[in-house]
Amino acid sequence: MTKNQQSTRTLIRGALSLLVTAALYEAVARSGWFPAVLLPTIPTIVEALIASLRDGTMIWHAAYTLYRVMFGFALAIVVGLPLGILMARHQRVEHFFLPLISALMPIPSFALVPLFMLWFGIGNVTTILIVFYAATFPMAFNTWSGVRSVNPLWLRAAGAMGADENSLFWKVIIPGASPFIITGMRQAFLRAWIGVVGAEMIAASDWGLGWVIFDAKEFLNADVMLAALVVIGFIGFAFERLVFGTLERRTVQRWGMVRVAKG
Amino acid sequence: MQPIAIRDVSLNYDTPGGKVQGVTNVSIDIDASEFVCIVGPSGCGKSTLLNIIAGFLTPATGQISIGGKPVTGHGMDRGVVFQDFAQLFPWRTALGNVSFGLEMKGVANPERDRIAREQLRLVKLEKFTNSFPHHLSGGMQQRVAIARALAYNPSVLLMDEPFAALDAMTRDDMQRLLADVWKETRKTVIYVTHNVAEAVYLADRVVVMSAHPGTVKTVMKIDLPRPRDPLSVEFLDCQKQLMAHLGHNTNGVAH
Amino acid sequence: MQDAVTISVAEAAGESRGAERWRLIWRNVFPFVVVGGLWEIVAWAGIFPQRLFPPLEQVAASFYQLTVSGILPHHAIETIFRLLSGFALAAVFGTIIGVLMGRSRRAEDILLPLVSIGAPIPGLAYAPLFLLWFGLGNFSSILLVGFVSAFPIIFNSWTGVKAVKEIWVRSAQSMGADDKRLFRYVILPGALPYILTGLRLGLAQAWRILVAVEMLAAVPWGLGWLIFGARKFLNTDAMLAGIVVIAIIGILLEKYVFQKIENYTVVRWGMTAK
Repeated sequence: MTKNQQSTRTLIRGALSLLVTAALYEAVARSGWFPAVLLPTIPTIVEALIASLRDGTMIWHAAYTLYRVMFGFALAIVVGLPLGILMARHQRVEHFFLPLISALMPIPSFALVPLFMLWFGIGNVTTILIVFYAATFPMAFNTWSGVRSVNPLWLRAAGAMGADENSLFWKVIIPGASPFIITGMRQAFLRAWIGVVGAEMIAASDWGLGWVIFDAKEFLNADVMLAALVVIGFIGFAFERLVFGTLERRTVQRWGMVRVAKG
Repeated sequence: MQPIAIRDVSLNYDTPGGKVQGVTNVSIDIDASEFVCIVGPSGCGKSTLLNIIAGFLTPATGQISIGGKPVTGHGMDRGVVFQDFAQLFPWRTALGNVSFGLEMKGVANPERDRIAREQLRLVKLEKFTNSFPHHLSGGMQQRVAIARALAYNPSVLLMDEPFAALDAMTRDDMQRLLADVWKETRKTVIYVTHNVAEAVYLADRVVVMSAHPGTVKTVMKIDLPRPRDPLSVEFLDCQKQLMAHLGHNTNGVAH
Repeated sequence: MQDAVTISVAEAAGESRGAERWRLIWRNVFPFVVVGGLWEIVAWAGIFPQRLFPPLEQVAASFYQLTVSGILPHHAIETIFRLLSGFALAAVFGTIIGVLMGRSRRAEDILLPLVSIGAPIPGLAYAPLFLLWFGLGNFSSILLVGFVSAFPIIFNSWTGVKAVKEIWVRSAQSMGADDKRLFRYVILPGALPYILTGLRLGLAQAWRILVAVEMLAAVPWGLGWLIFGARKFLNTDAMLAGIVVIAIIGILLEKYVFQKIENYTVVRWGMTAK
């Protein structure tokens, strides 16, 4: 069998598997074995999705969630990146922060949600801080290992060509550590995305995709819930593939450095 | 182009930068625009000596001066080429790599670009200015490294077995190219190698080092006209002499 | 990831003189002393009400009380039970599905689209759906933890089986191995490093969402529920005691499970350079 035929077959099988799964779901949903509110049919879900997109509610929910996740994620980069670099460059900083990070990193971010709710109430501050907490450690940790793994030969070569501390840092260390830094961002975003959805469910405010799903549960609106799930999945997928995928393609992949980083 | 004076240089302990092969009481005088090869068995400290001259290591005793100025740390009067292909910055194109030293020197852009392109032409890579290192073969990467070391116009070129990791055919081409580049630029070159034929092909003088302690055993002048023919009787003769200095059995086949 | 403490231990072994050892221990303790001191200052300064920001001795007292009365251990045991049962589900089904996808082209074509669609949705987002379908309580939370941690296990087992070198398979076949033995002696050991990595990621994932699941699923016992319930009565000290236990379990998992597995796989891969 040629490679082309094989890949066509893969495509057909893939489409078939999706179709069959969807048809099975639809059949079960229509069979009446389960209440329709719990198991809405696919057209109902699509309708709910379109309706909520059209009247703008879903877009607002997504906008709130995106605002929180981007705010927290940006904070995490602003803190985590310099912290990782400082830790790798100065032993004192490393000695101070590494034990703290090792102790804090294994605490799931959700464990702090009730505490933050007490301190900061329900809403943006709590969710943003949870996202920040979830994303900072992977950022700092990966940056730290990235800077440490910069090939010493590059530093020597740059030094021989007269690079001072400043240009050594910006033109050698940062690009040299970039595979790890990008991996760190990816991981950080993944954690941030999980964190924001979870935090929105628990520290419920009136807006946000996590809140929609949880709120829909109370009112048995399974169609809205599934529609929100689709939006959450879509945004997560878009960031992973489009934003980080593009970033990686433009930088480390183009430079042939992708193998250096560990996933 | 500057003469180099190496006086009683010794270094016999491990530095924070890692373990080093010791050198003891090394003194060599090198003329301006001279091509000197340093050969010796592994463990004779030839790379250590080169790193001391480059300023990456500080000798315990003795001193080195280039054009009368004593060496303290690395400086832009020297260009360095290492053996490892990974020395190029993967995130910069060939042109970007060659421009780096000029950038550090503060040369502004139209000029910087012009010089870098010229250097790439010198090593016959003008077609690959915008390629990233991982798209270039090993030989091409080493040529970029040479162009990069020459670009900011140092008076001395230091080379640490730059062609050792290349296949035999490519290595021959590279030696020919280096001889041409040297003829054109007239840099003072110190070239570390363990390959006898390479030393005879390239050098005006060959410094033979011995191990335990790492020191200069003898200095041999190569008086062959350039361009040299590696198959000529005189060339093979020189090679035999050099191998004798290194303590090899000269009845065997020269390599 | 996470070799902070390992590094110090390795250093300590190298220079195992008594004074050096103490200096190292102090170096690792010092940051906590600083942070603890800051906490105390803020707590006693009265900037925040002490109910919301209790001093550490109060947290310690409540930790002690809850431990002696058996409440905290009970919560912890329930949480660990859920973690392990959810993870066990994921380990069994995840590995089977992943290996199947790696071995059979047909299974791969059919399952990969489904898995790829499910994976990018953060696991916790499924929580309300599971609660809706299976009700509040233990069953839902274990099922959800299992479901979410299955994804990394499936992906890694699948990649692992595909990464088994064709040469190994061919040479084993030419030496007379039948399908069963080929699987048992060549494919499984060859894919093992990847499968182990998958299990490590799966367990980490399970741990990360379990606390939140316990809060949402309203289970009667469990650390997540403890800290969530403590919020209602402003028992910040009990909440912090619960967080400490969560941290301890997390660190123990990290040190004694994840790192062990990682070292094992890294050694097997021969990636121990330097």
